[in-house]
Amino acid sequence: MAAKTIETAQRFINAIPHSKALGMQIASANEGEVKMQMPYDEKFIGDPATRVIHGGAVFALLDTCCGAAVMTHPSSQGSTATIDLRVDYMRPASPDQVITATATCYNITRTVAFVRAVATDERTDKPVAMASGTFVNGGGK
Amino acid sequence: MRQQPEPVQVVKQRRDAALSAIVSAVPYIQFMGIQFERRGDELTAIMPFRDDLVGNPMLPALHGGATAAFLEITSVIELTWATVWQSIETGAVDPDQIQLGQNLQLPKTIDFTVDYLRSGLPRDAYARARINRSGRRYASVSVEAWQDNRSRLFAQASGHFVMPDVVTQTQG
Repeated sequence: MAAKTIETAQRFINAIPHSKALGMQIASANEGEVKMQMPYDEKFIGDPATRVIHGGAVFALLDTCCGAAVMTHPSSQGSTATIDLRVDYMRPASPDQVITATATCYNITRTVAFVRAVATDERTDKPVAMASGTFVNGGGK
Repeated sequence: MRQQPEPVQVVKQRRDAALSAIVSAVPYIQFMGIQFERRGDELTAIMPFRDDLVGNPMLPALHGGATAAFLEITSVIELTWATVWQSIETGAVDPDQIQLGQNLQLPKTIDFTVDYLRSGLPRDAYARARINRSGRRYASVSVEAWQDNRSRLFAQASGHFVMPDVVTQTQG
């Protein structure tokens, strides 16, 4: 089962041009729970003074990871789209470090999936950002 | 004798140069291909369509993360430009002197919430941000994005930002 979900999730990511452009990779995938990574890249810098990556890149990783968590849920209808997503930025991500996002689809109905996610850099005890949002279950928009 | 005001073209050129100096100093804005147009103090952000901005190749539709980044960048530049504009207007700062990371720091996002109203089409996207409140410590911003039709938004967002301590000051 786990191998199948990882494969499904990795296929999901490879098929998304923007996620590919940002270098996102699946680290692990279980039913309704996905871990993804995004290596540091100078192109993502949002503040040239500190070399900290832009919040938008972290948002994109969290959004993709949340979508993947929906897709791997046993009750998923095979496609999804974000309805809304909120990201809290708790601290700047340290430059040169990999960002890891972990998303959980903690509730899913016939039409809507509820997801939350956390992002860290290589210091894993203090989150960089947290996300919570709702996604369409099936159909897309 | 009173000094003659500068010709309007020169004023415009210097202001546009100040804006483009800020925008081009941020690698992620360049990576996303986002541009800004200025009418006085009003800014419009433009994200020209590119294949690598797609999140759903079947539809195709823009990636939610690309849309979010577009809206967040629009908000940050709007906040930055509003403060820069004020300093230019009062004469506190010479537009040629503005340098990101030197005498100008960017606001930092506290939180950002995106509402995806309809799927982003494979076309250019536009956005404008409105500052709802800008205090000394933090600012509240809302931002709207549309494509072909101004009244049919495809996404909207709101967020809070920590404002930098010293926004701009002339050096020497």
